[in-house]
Amino acid sequence: MKKEKRKGLAWLLVIPFYFYTIVFVVLPLAYMILLSFLKRAEVWGVTKEITWENYRNIFEPVYLRTFAESLKLALLCTFFIALLGYPFGYFMAKLSKQWKRRVMMLLMIPFWTSALIRMYGWIIIFRSNGLLDQFFMAVHITEKPLRLLYTYPAVVVGMIYALLPFMILSVYSSAEKLDWSLVEAARDLGASPFYTFITVTLKLTMPGFLSGVVLTFIPSMGLFFVADILGGNKIVLVGNLIQEQLMKARNWPFAAALSVVLMLLTSLMLAIYRKAAGVKELEGLF
Amino acid sequence: MKNKTKIPNFFLGIILAVVYLPILVIVVYSFQDSKISTVWEGFSLRWYRELFLDRSMREAVFNSFILAGISCINAAVIGTMAAVGMTRISWRSKGLIAYFSTLPIMIPEIILGMVFMVFFSFLGLPFGMTTLVLAHTAFCIPYVFTMVRSRLIGLDPSLTEAARDLGAGEVMVFFTVTLPLIAPAVASGMLLSFAMSFDDVVISIFVTGAATNTLPVKIYTQMKNGVSPEVNALSTIMLGGTVLVLLGSELIRRRDKK
Amino acid sequence: MEDVVLELKGIEKSFGKTPVLRGISLKVKKGEFITFLGSSGCGKTTTLRIIAGLEMPDRGEVFINGVCVNRLPPEKRSVNTVFQNYALFPHMNVTENIAYGLKIKRTKKKEIQDRVAEALELIQLSDYGKRMPSELSGGQKQRVAIARAIVNNPEVLLLDEPLGALDLQLRRQMQLELKKLQKQLGITFLYITHDQEEAINMSSRIAVMRDGKFEQIGTPDEIYHHPKTSYVAQFVGSANILKGKISKAENGIFFAELAGESVCLRFFDTDKRILEAGSRFVLAIRSEVIEFSKEKGENSLFAVVAEKTFAGGMLRMVLRLLDGSELVASRYGIDAPYQQGEQIYCCWKPEHAVLVEETENR
Repeated sequence: MKKEKRKGLAWLLVIPFYFYTIVFVVLPLAYMILLSFLKRAEVWGVTKEITWENYRNIFEPVYLRTFAESLKLALLCTFFIALLGYPFGYFMAKLSKQWKRRVMMLLMIPFWTSALIRMYGWIIIFRSNGLLDQFFMAVHITEKPLRLLYTYPAVVVGMIYALLPFMILSVYSSAEKLDWSLVEAARDLGASPFYTFITVTLKLTMPGFLSGVVLTFIPSMGLFFVADILGGNKIVLVGNLIQEQLMKARNWPFAAALSVVLMLLTSLMLAIYRKAAGVKELEGLF
Repeated sequence: MKNKTKIPNFFLGIILAVVYLPILVIVVYSFQDSKISTVWEGFSLRWYRELFLDRSMREAVFNSFILAGISCINAAVIGTMAAVGMTRISWRSKGLIAYFSTLPIMIPEIILGMVFMVFFSFLGLPFGMTTLVLAHTAFCIPYVFTMVRSRLIGLDPSLTEAARDLGAGEVMVFFTVTLPLIAPAVASGMLLSFAMSFDDVVISIFVTGAATNTLPVKIYTQMKNGVSPEVNALSTIMLGGTVLVLLGSELIRRRDKK
Repeated sequence: MEDVVLELKGIEKSFGKTPVLRGISLKVKKGEFITFLGSSGCGKTTTLRIIAGLEMPDRGEVFINGVCVNRLPPEKRSVNTVFQNYALFPHMNVTENIAYGLKIKRTKKKEIQDRVAEALELIQLSDYGKRMPSELSGGQKQRVAIARAIVNNPEVLLLDEPLGALDLQLRRQMQLELKKLQKQLGITFLYITHDQEEAINMSSRIAVMRDGKFEQIGTPDEIYHHPKTSYVAQFVGSANILKGKISKAENGIFFAELAGESVCLRFFDTDKRILEAGSRFVLAIRSEVIEFSKEKGENSLFAVVAEKTFAGGMLRMVLRLLDGSELVASRYGIDAPYQQGEQIYCCWKPEHAVLVEETENR
């Protein structure tokens, strides 16, 4: 009797959550999957015909190239982010308690500031005759303005900039938990600093590092606004393609198919991560 | 030995400096008089003045506050109730639903944006504040839910038992013991939701209507069509707000710890 | 018997497929200080949680003041608990913690104030009302936890290893204080511990628990001097257990096979147990009653001194008997005039050896 009564109360508590999750997460996603199999109507909207056409379209060279381009950019960005973020997180974990808090605070301020605003700062720096050009010309590295804005490097810098904190925080949370006496033990047993790093430190911080990779790789395929703002219309990523198909071409089924493929890629990444790190939750997220 | 400790600090310093470079540039430029030139033409508050006179900008700011406020309150209510309820039910579906509920912060934003856009238009909802709130609430819930849930898991079960032992019924226990103890988690979940909602561009672009502009959407459109230094001034104000909120929450946390 | 305040009738409880309690019955009188003594996992905490209402028994009934409370949730039972880890509410100060139960019962503000002040005085923490639990030491937290419970005037106060987390010295001091408090208030205490010293020091009755059952219930004196089973003898008195077989009985003198030796035994009180030729028996002898002698006599066993160690003011000697089993003897002082390897006889007075039941292995 009592147990049932207790359950009745809890049931009421989770109902809004169940309702919201089902109506505004599960159903929309299901609808998107359904949509990706529908045929596009002549003018607007969709017909009731089931087709594989949208998925076939992805294999057209133009779109395949976009996917390849996105993957390439994501890999490149992830590589640089790892290169910068791993040592940052690692060194940060070695700071004194007080400095750890300070550096964390310094990281959180930009992290909580609109990504758009931070991108905007880069526009000022990168635009032709902007700060960077002026600086380079002043110290005679170049004679003419580089005009970096709306180029590939600008997009790469923007992506790295936007996603670096995720890597830092993931690595940091992992390195923070590291028992440094293990490192000392390895050194004590005769391992060189390099060998110690490879066999102990890197190995034990791997979950954090891998979750950092996932947290940077996945968004870097979808952050269309960075490519938009810093790359002009020259760099088209999957994200941009989806947006374009949705807003301009109004080919919703195709945009849905693109999204489904992107989601499958994302899930694949996560599955690989789980296999590699042997954990369920992403480290450093919360 | 000394060298050993200096290289890491140097590295941290450089990275932090680069992280702050664009932010600093914005702040400095917001006080600059000229419109296009990158040459310093003197200090001025001109762009702040123009910002305050810009009616559409004021509207966008207002919309963003409303949107983030409603979304984070929705998320706080739904997410907290769910986290508490989940500990008391033994339905087989709860793991699955909890997983689905976190999808909005796991999948790329652009997919979420497009999903909401096609779904809302399928439902025939008028695009505007309603659709914005519905979409934002969806990605705010997981922040509150996950934070409160992990706090609840860390909670000593003997505290609620002690309260019941001392004569409090279940509802009383919740309001006098559980809720005060999970309140910090609810608060930080709400704060994070608010910030995420306030900053969101990608999802908002897809689900907003022609008549409703949020601040990030407005800035985004401006950036694409040539920028006005007004944005610098606005960014500086928002930056100041962020710093104040963060410092405030840090202070509260420190006092809480004592 | 109208002064029975708490009664357990055939309580059984399993967690999953593991039985934790296998039929427990007990009557507790008003004003008693009863202790459940047992090693971890014996089911003593589960019993306490069932009494508090935090766990439901699978079978059996709990009566408080003669009323079956099986269906009552914990908040409706007139018992209060002092939790093992204190369970003080971290977001309330000491006063608020103590006042919690009274506030829930909508006691008048003035009365709450008075009773909390009284409780604070009782635990000698009158100046600590405004402190937060995180600002208190372990012993202080413990006292607040006790005050928070007794301020509600419970019929029975349940204490779950309340001194477990404290260091030895503080524990001894708190034992005395608790005992004093109990006398002063006249509240029935049901105390849980795995420390036999604590149990003997404080209790008016001890219930020794093993494997979900009461092994023996009795006064500290009974438990210590007249253990019923070998388990109780070992757990409470850390007694030596010797198993033997009577070969001949004659006018109170018994000839028996014990530890690989033929010995002549005399018992102080054979109880009602029938000892005749051929019957097996178990003898419990505490280490401090063993004496040494150079000659074989009644109640004596041949032994070789195997080990001598000094600990806690006691000399502990391990003696190897003929069949290879070991006997522990101890006495105050730092040395005995026997060397390692020396052959001696160890003996005991008839009144110091207790015949016990052999504890079956469950």
